[in-house]
Amino acid sequence: MDAILKTEHLNLWYGDNHALKDVNLEMPEHQVTALIGPSGCGKSTFLKTLDRMNDLIPGVRIEGQVIYRDRNIFDPQVDVTWLRRHVGMVFQKPNPFPMSIYDNIAYGPRTHGIRGKKELDQIVEKSLRGAAIWDEVKDRLKKSALSLSGGQQQRICIARALAVEPDVLLMDEATSALDPISTSKIEDLIADLKKSYTIVIVTHNMQQATRVSDRCAFFLHGELVESGETEQIFSVPKDKRTEDYITGRFG
Amino acid sequence: MEHLSVKRKLYDRGLRALLYLCGAITCALLIFLIVYVFYRGLGGITWELLSTQTSYINDTTGILPNILNTLYIILLAMVIVLPLGVGSAIYLTEYAKNRKLVAVIEYATETLTGIPSIIFGLVGMLFFGQIFGLQYSLLSGGLTLVVMILPTIVRTTQESLKTVPQSYREGALGLGAGQWRMVRTVVLPNAIDGIVTGCILAIGRIVGESAALLFTAGMGGVLNNFFEALTSSSGTLSVALYLYAGEYADTKVALAIAVILMIITFIINLAATLLGKGLKKKQ
Repeated sequence: MDAILKTEHLNLWYGDNHALKDVNLEMPEHQVTALIGPSGCGKSTFLKTLDRMNDLIPGVRIEGQVIYRDRNIFDPQVDVTWLRRHVGMVFQKPNPFPMSIYDNIAYGPRTHGIRGKKELDQIVEKSLRGAAIWDEVKDRLKKSALSLSGGQQQRICIARALAVEPDVLLMDEATSALDPISTSKIEDLIADLKKSYTIVIVTHNMQQATRVSDRCAFFLHGELVESGETEQIFSVPKDKRTEDYITGRFG
Repeated sequence: MEHLSVKRKLYDRGLRALLYLCGAITCALLIFLIVYVFYRGLGGITWELLSTQTSYINDTTGILPNILNTLYIILLAMVIVLPLGVGSAIYLTEYAKNRKLVAVIEYATETLTGIPSIIFGLVGMLFFGQIFGLQYSLLSGGLTLVVMILPTIVRTTQESLKTVPQSYREGALGLGAGQWRMVRTVVLPNAIDGIVTGCILAIGRIVGESAALLFTAGMGGVLNNFFEALTSSSGTLSVALYLYAGEYADTKVALAIAVILMIITFIINLAATLLGKGLKKKQ
């Protein structure tokens, strides 16, 4: 079992606030790793660090390493656009661009220099199929993506992320803004996607973590308390704090 | 209890009457102004006025040169101020890392938008007119206007860039787009309505400006083409109004110009509203 993505002694500060404390975590290939923990525990921060989206926030300081395929992503030699092409992100709230469905999906490939109409057509279809939304939108690819429902928009965003053919897919509470039916569609999709991608999700929902993830990492106050196979974490947690959290005693 | 409610009712009614009066006076003043200017000025608008220049030899009174100068100076100022202002606004909102410095610059531009235009005129005269040796010319006036309008363009562009949801930026960057591609494909298309509105309002300011132009663009009323005008004294409509009302004491022409200016202003505001709405709807 090879870790495609791992962190070593990762520390992060927002100004004086020490938001991630010496986090060491391995995320193995073709598995779903779920990051769990109460609000403000650092799990979203951790996820955003993995494709350097925290770079956008002023006052952030990072120490330690994030290693993607044997390369430290903070190495000045690593191009952040290269990284984000291989490590894709799906955000908490669906954020399709105010463009047509087609242009949304084609945005990433076009960014990386693919211009041919035929090639783009193929990528768009493949990505929409991959995100299990092709049948719903194939007749209205030229319509605005904003005309779709929230659940459809989120699958458009997943398709948009798939279109650049990433290795790793990061999902930041990707279902928390959706209704139960859309949520279950996306959970099914995650199970399907892990055959081809490595997936890291942040979730507030314990049931969701047990349903979709192979491994779990429990964060508390910026610390990684415990990580391991989901089954083990939810049946015989090693740490008392993990047990308290998953049995609903706080959080 | 009853006493109190009567008192309250009276108070309420009194206040309502007072507010009604304020509204009525405001409307009356505006309507009076418009009606007065149109009533006295409309008759002065003749074909001769619109199609000739003022000349003692031909015995004509005309403001065609001033109309053209107004268009020239709008063109000149906008061609320079638009890339400069929009560019610096993009830099300040999307690129600049030093938030403290940006805050200082924003405060400075905010302050500059409120400075009396005669100050820009004075500095423009000394700087462009004398040090640069441009004297009274469209170029000198245009550059002065650029300096005057730049803060407005920067501010309005920045404000409309800030209305673009952060999630669009994150989405684009998350797909591996570089900063400029993100700005060009996601940010600017969603801010364009605000930028256009800002520009049109800036044009409105140019049309209405006289103080900043008196000593820079000058008061010349000779028919020139654009390139001749660049280096010669060229009065705009507002400056011409000042001249006819003051020096020539010809209120009839002054009022005719006033009517023209009011119509132009109305058209500009209408265009700003419609374009803003139209561009927003397109998304």
